[in-house]
Amino acid sequence: MDFEKLHREESGRILATLIGLLGDFDLAEEMLQEAYAVAVQKWPSDGTPANPRAWLISTARHKAIDRLRRDQRFERKSEEIAKTAEIAAQPEGDREEEMFADDRLRLIFTCCHPALPLEARVALTLRTVCGITTEEISRAFLVPLATMAQRLVRAKGKIREAGIPYRVPLPEELRERLDGVLLVVYLIFNEGYLASSGDALIRRELCAEAIRLGRVLCGLLQKQAEAQALLGLMLLQDSRRDARVSAQGELVLLEEQDRGLWHGEQIQEGTELVKSALRRGAAGAYALQASIAALHANAKTAKDTDWPQIAALYDALLRMRTSPVIEVNRAVAVAMARSMEEGLALLDELERREELKEFHLLPAARADLLRRLGRKGEAADAYRQALSLATNDIERRFLRRRLADLEKLSDPRS
Amino acid sequence: MEYLLLIYHSEANLGKMVPADTADLYREYGLLREELAGKGKFLGGSQLMPTTVATTVRVRDGKRVVTDGPFAETKEQLGGYFLVNANDLDEAIAIAARIPSARNGTIEVRPLAVRGQAKQA
Repeated sequence: MDFEKLHREESGRILATLIGLLGDFDLAEEMLQEAYAVAVQKWPSDGTPANPRAWLISTARHKAIDRLRRDQRFERKSEEIAKTAEIAAQPEGDREEEMFADDRLRLIFTCCHPALPLEARVALTLRTVCGITTEEISRAFLVPLATMAQRLVRAKGKIREAGIPYRVPLPEELRERLDGVLLVVYLIFNEGYLASSGDALIRRELCAEAIRLGRVLCGLLQKQAEAQALLGLMLLQDSRRDARVSAQGELVLLEEQDRGLWHGEQIQEGTELVKSALRRGAAGAYALQASIAALHANAKTAKDTDWPQIAALYDALLRMRTSPVIEVNRAVAVAMARSMEEGLALLDELERREELKEFHLLPAARADLLRRLGRKGEAADAYRQALSLATNDIERRFLRRRLADLEKLSDPRS
Repeated sequence: MEYLLLIYHSEANLGKMVPADTADLYREYGLLREELAGKGKFLGGSQLMPTTVATTVRVRDGKRVVTDGPFAETKEQLGGYFLVNANDLDEAIAIAARIPSARNGTIEVRPLAVRGQAKQA
């Protein structure tokens, strides 16, 4: 029996069920740990039960009843007696797969409740729904372990004390609350996909967890087009994971990636999801970003990219919300679709804006367009400016490489 | 659970309202209170006199320090409260969202502590 694997794969689901049964995050976590401890002791000699998950839930549940009874001997709390009676009355044995799914969905909505601070929602979802350890989360988010632990304790405290319910929101609230859940999933994915440093393995795991959560949401809330669009977006972005970074750990731009390394099946699934979401009327930011990702992913070569359509999609995205990243991407798309000069003019316009002064992608994008136009001196200046602003090591190495290439080309001695 | 819904609004803006609008606002408040009371969810509540008549009291080193004005000078002032009975935070939020002042002011939702459970976070 591989306990490590069992723990990893089943903890989230088991915990979700236990929290539902016990109505208490901490008690559920503690009892699950105790149940695992019993399993580690018993299974090697007694044999692994036919349904390990059901066994763990049942064991944890009995431990919880014992615990609450013992506590009552000292402090006869009427509330807890009532709770014990309730737990004891729950049906024994296997629960159907769909019950597990419902538990999970309820837990996701609780962890992503808007009354919790956003960073706590992300951490709590990873901890309780995905079963990732507090230590791993703290490493992934570059936050000291004690800070992360405290964040989780506070969030669980608020759930308990403010009466945040453990249930799927009512239909009239669902739309609004689902947006909050999707945001958390998207943040988890981006942390894995874009994070500048930290453990590469954990980052890849974050992407996988976000995709898994996306699948759970799509499976359980089948009519929600935005959830489909987000899952599609994540699958499409993640399909390039093996091509984005070279064997030496260097950043490889989309244009220069080996498209043979892209995961075709994932691209196909992501594209189908985006199409279906659009048919169902998805028109939000995820749908637009996913459409852009689908156009990139389905281009046979960089030259085949449908830049005019990508530029139009960035236009639409920009109308929905302003963001420096979208503005820069739109300018690049315009450059590729129409002319370098037109794209450059858009970037120059952005440069005049005070709030984008520190944004390294802006000079980096300018540098690239200038390089393509053969304006080497200006391109080198822009790369230097980008270097002075960029903080991410991989990006800095990339910019330095580009700058060195330019200097080599313009050096008459070489 | 019991929740205190603290109603913050701009006294300045309230002062600028024409009488007909003020009457509408109070009528809306009255209807909501009645509806909640009918369901056993309204436990108490009142509008407060403006902060211009507030007095702040502190005891320091055994001495009373009494000052004129509210605890804190803010853009929006505590103007009233509802004490409600709700199943959970979601229901309390749903009630808070229906308080007329939520449209231009702010409602703070605070669960009441039971049996001294409120520890400092």
